[in-house]
Amino acid sequence: MNPLLSVRDLSVAFTQGGRTTTAVDRISFDIAKGETVALVGESGSGKSVSALSVLKLLPYPPASHPSGKILFKGEDLLAKREQDLRKVRGNKIAMIFQEPMTSLNPLHTIEQQIVEVLSLHQGMGAKQGRKRTLQLLEEVGIRDPEKRLGAYPHQLSGGQRQRVMIAMALANEPELLIADEPTTALDVTVQAQILKLLAELKERNGMSVLFITHDLGIVRKIADRVCVMTQGRIVEAGPTRTIFDNPQHQYTRHLLAAEPKGRPPAADAQAETVMKGSDVKVWFPIKQGFFRRTVDHVKAVDGVDITVRAGQTVGIVGESGSGKTTLGLALCRMISSQGRIEFRGRDIDQRSFTDMRPLRSELQIVFQDPYGSLSPRMSVAEIVAEGLGIHEPRLSAEARDQRVVDVLKEVGLDPETRFRYPHEFSGGQRQRIAIARAMVLNPRFVMLDEPTSALDMSVQAQVVDLLRTLQTRHDLAYLFISHDLKVIRALANEVIVMRNGRIVEHGPAAQIFERPQTDYTRALIAAAFNMETAPVGVVSE
Amino acid sequence: MSDVLYKAKVETVREQAARPGLSPLNKRRWQNFKANRRGYWSLWIFLILFVLTLGAEFIANDRPILAFYKGELLVPVLVDYPEEKFGGFYAVTDYRDPVISDEIEANGWLIWPPIRYSYSTVNNEIPEAAPAKPSWLYSEEQRCSRYPLGVDDPNCTIGNWNWLGTDDQARDVMARVIYGFRISVLFGLVLTLGSAVVGVSAGAVQGYFGGWTDLIFQRFIEIWSSIPVLYLLMIVAAVLPPGFFILLGLMLLFSWVSFVGVVRAEFLRARNFEYVNAARALGVPNRTIMVRHLLPNAMVATLTFLPFILNGSITTLTSLDFLGFGLPPGSASLGELLRQGQRNLNAPWLGISGFVVISLMLSLLIFVGEATRDAFDPRKTFR
Repeated sequence: MNPLLSVRDLSVAFTQGGRTTTAVDRISFDIAKGETVALVGESGSGKSVSALSVLKLLPYPPASHPSGKILFKGEDLLAKREQDLRKVRGNKIAMIFQEPMTSLNPLHTIEQQIVEVLSLHQGMGAKQGRKRTLQLLEEVGIRDPEKRLGAYPHQLSGGQRQRVMIAMALANEPELLIADEPTTALDVTVQAQILKLLAELKERNGMSVLFITHDLGIVRKIADRVCVMTQGRIVEAGPTRTIFDNPQHQYTRHLLAAEPKGRPPAADAQAETVMKGSDVKVWFPIKQGFFRRTVDHVKAVDGVDITVRAGQTVGIVGESGSGKTTLGLALCRMISSQGRIEFRGRDIDQRSFTDMRPLRSELQIVFQDPYGSLSPRMSVAEIVAEGLGIHEPRLSAEARDQRVVDVLKEVGLDPETRFRYPHEFSGGQRQRIAIARAMVLNPRFVMLDEPTSALDMSVQAQVVDLLRTLQTRHDLAYLFISHDLKVIRALANEVIVMRNGRIVEHGPAAQIFERPQTDYTRALIAAAFNMETAPVGVVSE
Repeated sequence: MSDVLYKAKVETVREQAARPGLSPLNKRRWQNFKANRRGYWSLWIFLILFVLTLGAEFIANDRPILAFYKGELLVPVLVDYPEEKFGGFYAVTDYRDPVISDEIEANGWLIWPPIRYSYSTVNNEIPEAAPAKPSWLYSEEQRCSRYPLGVDDPNCTIGNWNWLGTDDQARDVMARVIYGFRISVLFGLVLTLGSAVVGVSAGAVQGYFGGWTDLIFQRFIEIWSSIPVLYLLMIVAAVLPPGFFILLGLMLLFSWVSFVGVVRAEFLRARNFEYVNAARALGVPNRTIMVRHLLPNAMVATLTFLPFILNGSITTLTSLDFLGFGLPPGSASLGELLRQGQRNLNAPWLGISGFVVISLMLSLLIFVGEATRDAFDPRKTFR
């Protein structure tokens, strides 16, 4: 039987400033009817570029295809004219993207956006389109679809938005669905729901799916066959089970071995208390009317007690919107809050921003996005030394440089690279720079706000190892915020489970992971480790 | 990695460290700027014209650059010598006076600039009533008809030509154009830089602090910018004597507003960037955050804007001069030249010269501005 899609010898090159870089190097793979094929690889491996070139969605030029064919039902898509391609896009082959927020037009209602797809390819009228839209929304599991028709994208949650994206993709009953990391931006619980939905829809409609991801857990769950990509080449391909049980290529083995490993020591109640928050509240007022009276509050953090001890890690888990990051920022006095906050025996909850400045060197934050948290216009040395300039202004230039060199060595970076700019570094290296910036001041307390979630799997494991080493060496207190329970399990002695600003469950890590007490915690754990969905109502959608 | 490769890497790193001003980003921008050929050439032509006109006194002047008189080396272009020195009786020497120049020639020598007129020099030897045509439109006899010795007069030389004719007060248009170009560009540059400093600071404060600061400042700007500048200039012109700096100050009062919008928007956008939060978490004071982390973001928008504001400033000065509310009477100004062109339609060289110079200057600046915009556009690709 002929495959539905057959990619032969495909190359993608980008030309800029006279230089040509090859992003994809002669890859070939087939997708049969009704089959799910996963393209797996780390960022920069060329997997997304390959997927985009199937529909010729790359910017041409500077992109070009030096070689290759993409045969869809025997027709070469690369040779097609733009007008003919448009009949294929969204009709025979549909695509869903990573960011559901930016893939939907914020100015149009859900109905308008889905009906547009229908009228474009099927010439459907408004009435018919509405009927079909309702049917589609029902199909992708949006409850009360009639009420949702007039909603704008910002009124939906991330999971619902991704469901709408899927409904749009399915509108014309495509034969092939290309899913480009459709769950990466979502919570683990929502991810499990979306994966389940995709599997059901595929079964029902007999679609083929090309699934692009960096997460091997997802691949194992849903793919029939896997192609492992690195540096623009497919290094290994085969049925999922074979690849997972018997990986041949060194890189595949490296990927499979890349889960965050190790366990933290048990919690020690005797260690010095570094940070203690009692009944911490962060309420944002909702104001209404002409005089802006406060009618209600958004209770982002609502009465949380927390103690972080030296050399120990408190992990905070929860869905997005549960107030984890807000709690962390309140403890670091980056946003205003009520309730007592003690830092090494000193009350800091009443201090102003200026009064906090002397303490900032002991109280550091590592942010989630290593691409956003480093100023693109400063060299690595300048970034790392910035805090030194404020907290130790009398340091000589040589001493400062020495401190930078030492800390870069400590986080595993070549000190010779300190004159380069952040864009020359990979995501993992950038996160190391961000960690170095925090560590150079010899802090006592570090808030780690999802420091691994923007990173590739294998890099995550390295960063976790680095954090653990630093903690033991400097007896640091960590507040580790994440929705990724695998990382939390590898690092946290104590876990706080949060939902809607309140603590749902609190206890030693081992106890939380082995004997979770609430349905919510159980659902989080099932979603994170097995990608299984919870019964309706336990977690948000 | 092999040893050689590693050494080469260290070498490049050292090089980059030695030249911190040329970051890879700026190198790429310069490459992009050069890739726009029109803008690149315009920049060179403009720079050459600007540097030349900066030394306008050495190109067009009614005094010699150097004079050697009775064993003494004199620099009349820089120093005012009383006429007594050469046997006359005025306080300031008129070197164009044949008596004086003959006296110097007899006891030494003179080096004249290529054009022997300053912007205010009146040419008494024009062959017909002012405005006189460009000299190359006359025959040699006509051209020299007013000199005492006619064609044989030593002063009827190419240095005394009126290359672009004279205006209705018998002043050399070429000299006026050179000085006018200089004063226009300088006025534009000072005004633009001044308003950039004020506007960027105001926009930065508004965008960074937001909230009430922003709200009050914005309303203030709305009221401020609704003041009619032209009427104000007319009122002030009635009280104070018009001059370069009064005009500059008055314009500066209102022109900074145009920068506030872009800079404020950039700061509003960027103040919640993670690296700004990271700097706050390090305890960096607000002012440092604004200068070190946020200003570079806003500078791209500002730099893109700058050439167009510069053009606007020059045009404003020209139009004020045209209306007669600009620089004091007698100054070299392109607007005044245009007004003369409008009044003396029988002397087309006035209008044409003014038009060509102004449009050349504005076009060059716009082309440079376009290339700058391209250079700072991160998404622009060149093939």
